[in-house]
Amino acid sequence: MAKMTMVQALNHALHQQMRKDDSVVVLGEDVGVDGGVFRVTDGLIDEFGKERVIDTPLAESAIVGTSIGMAIYGLKPVGEIQFSGFSYLAFHQLESHAARMRWRSQGGYHVPMVLRMPYAGGVRALEHHSESREAYYAHTPGLKMVIPSGPRTARALLVSAIQDPDPVIFFEPKSVYRAFREEVPEEEESMPLGQAQVVREGGDITLIAYGAMLRPTLEAAQRLEDEDGVQAEVIDLLTISPLDTDTFAESVRKTGRAVVVHEAPRSFGPGAEVVSRLVEKSFWYLEAPIQRVTGFDIIIPMFAYEQVYLPGVERILRGARETLNA
Amino acid sequence: MPREKIDLPHHVEYLSILDKDGNVDQDLEPDIPDDQLRKLHRYMLLGRRFDERMLRLQRQGRIGTFAPIKGQEASQIGPVAALREDDWMVPAFREAGAMIWRGQSMEGILLLYGGFNQAGEMPEGINNLPVAVPVGTQVLHAVGLGYGMKYRGDDRVAMTFFGDGATSEGDFHEGLNFAGVFQTPVVFVCQNNHWAISIPRSHQTRSETLAQKALAYGMPGIQVDGNDILATYVAATEAVERARSGGGPTLIECVTYRRSVHTTADDPTRYRTDEEVAEWEERDPITRFQKYLKDKGLLSDQELEELEEEIDTEIRDAVEKTEKRMEELAGEAMVMFEHMYAELPPYLREQRDELARELAAKEGSNG
Repeated sequence: MAKMTMVQALNHALHQQMRKDDSVVVLGEDVGVDGGVFRVTDGLIDEFGKERVIDTPLAESAIVGTSIGMAIYGLKPVGEIQFSGFSYLAFHQLESHAARMRWRSQGGYHVPMVLRMPYAGGVRALEHHSESREAYYAHTPGLKMVIPSGPRTARALLVSAIQDPDPVIFFEPKSVYRAFREEVPEEEESMPLGQAQVVREGGDITLIAYGAMLRPTLEAAQRLEDEDGVQAEVIDLLTISPLDTDTFAESVRKTGRAVVVHEAPRSFGPGAEVVSRLVEKSFWYLEAPIQRVTGFDIIIPMFAYEQVYLPGVERILRGARETLNA
Repeated sequence: MPREKIDLPHHVEYLSILDKDGNVDQDLEPDIPDDQLRKLHRYMLLGRRFDERMLRLQRQGRIGTFAPIKGQEASQIGPVAALREDDWMVPAFREAGAMIWRGQSMEGILLLYGGFNQAGEMPEGINNLPVAVPVGTQVLHAVGLGYGMKYRGDDRVAMTFFGDGATSEGDFHEGLNFAGVFQTPVVFVCQNNHWAISIPRSHQTRSETLAQKALAYGMPGIQVDGNDILATYVAATEAVERARSGGGPTLIECVTYRRSVHTTADDPTRYRTDEEVAEWEERDPITRFQKYLKDKGLLSDQELEELEEEIDTEIRDAVEKTEKRMEELAGEAMVMFEHMYAELPPYLREQRDELARELAAKEGSNG
């Protein structure tokens, strides 16, 4: 096992899948010679050539629209949108076609494509480089929406996404790209899409998070144990759609208390869906109102203020304590 | 520092082989086998009469809204006639004639406009994408198919259709640009029918032709008389051969006219004159081609009458069969949950069961 950053783990997954299956192609802006602006596709063009690692014109809709055609023809395109903030230029291709081709053709054609993009804040970037709009894609029937939280889950989920027969939107938390290393096994490892993970067990409260919010949530859980003697269970959603209801609903039946954490704006965010499902499935076990610790319903501020905006350990702790003391 | 003319070695051709009365330009006349000429005529006529029948069905409330092809038969059947069966066709939403030529059934088309999910099913072995409604978006799918063909080393071609309005869309630009850069085997067929609902061709672009837009993408562009099936067939054949032999993409502008409504929900008297429509009636693609066939001794009045009767019977059968099928399918609303994903995730299984229970309860209370 090697210790890898998320960037290295994603790169490893792409190398491995491309070696294994010549229908896998990578396309996007600067993904070839440059290796991607975050270097996730580094070295692919040397090994697989420019026909399989396609430096496209600067055109998001074309990256997605041609991926759809390639996928229908039997390829497995892995497209990259340089930042999720630019994915709206291709939104209609995802909503109107990628998501619908299987349905429209009654199973005759399907679109086994992956669209990777860095999302969320924390790297002091320009406007349009820091937002979290996973709800757009999770709200679109026909798409799957995946967000890994660390190197190992990123590698395993990307493998699954590439092998999945349906279009998968793959958000990569850019603040995690190089934040820490994890052991990632050399041999292929996948994780089923649509399955959450209990990453810390506890019986007093359930903290539900994903993506870049997992680390501060785990830290908050540790502080709850150290400072309050509270055992928090932490769930990493990993897939936003299809959402694994069972894992968090069961956990909350055990703990009776829940906090949902995400960077995305609160209203109509993934947390709203999680809370709704908890109300539907675990209402009679609830001991206290569920808290949402999320981004505010504003445009994420320019980076001088982004750390103030982003939910962090203190805000998660405050949410958890409010629930615990209710 | 010079300030001089950049000499671009480009041109745009215009091609017309039959004049407006159906007289052929013998220097340009293509060598098309008689059977193929008869087939072209048959499918244009079928397209026209099926279109007229669908319009009546819509007016009677028996199907929903659709986009008629009347007047555009030559600009869509000529191009697809240049394709091989294993090539791909990527339509917009006004290509019923091309779809039928490419092996789709009238029943399937009627079922689509009858509002049934099941219409999406493509007959086995037909490489057509389904109808694409958002204007211009399908252009990119053809480019992706073309990339796949090139990547796999298949000597195939993807042909996509769109209208004059689509040339204002971003995806038209992105598609042609991508195809130019990667030299994908794609034939872009623009049916310039002069009207995008109420917006005339002159309001879509200041360009004198749509074909000239090809030059900016580094590909050949040709403008043809879209009401002359010999011209559309010849231009498409050249483009398909070029694409197949590795010569890259082509843009063909078929200059035609939408003689009917945009869709059945549209009232063209609000934006155009009867005189303009009448002018284009005089350049009817079918009448012109019939004159040519008659001159060649390939069509007599009696043969035409028999053919019309044969076609009408086919259409009648298709309508009867479809209406029966629509009745059978009317109770199968649960199909709405099918083909959302390869495998239905748990939350969708729950929602499907919820609807099934609702329908069962309704059935119970009705029974």
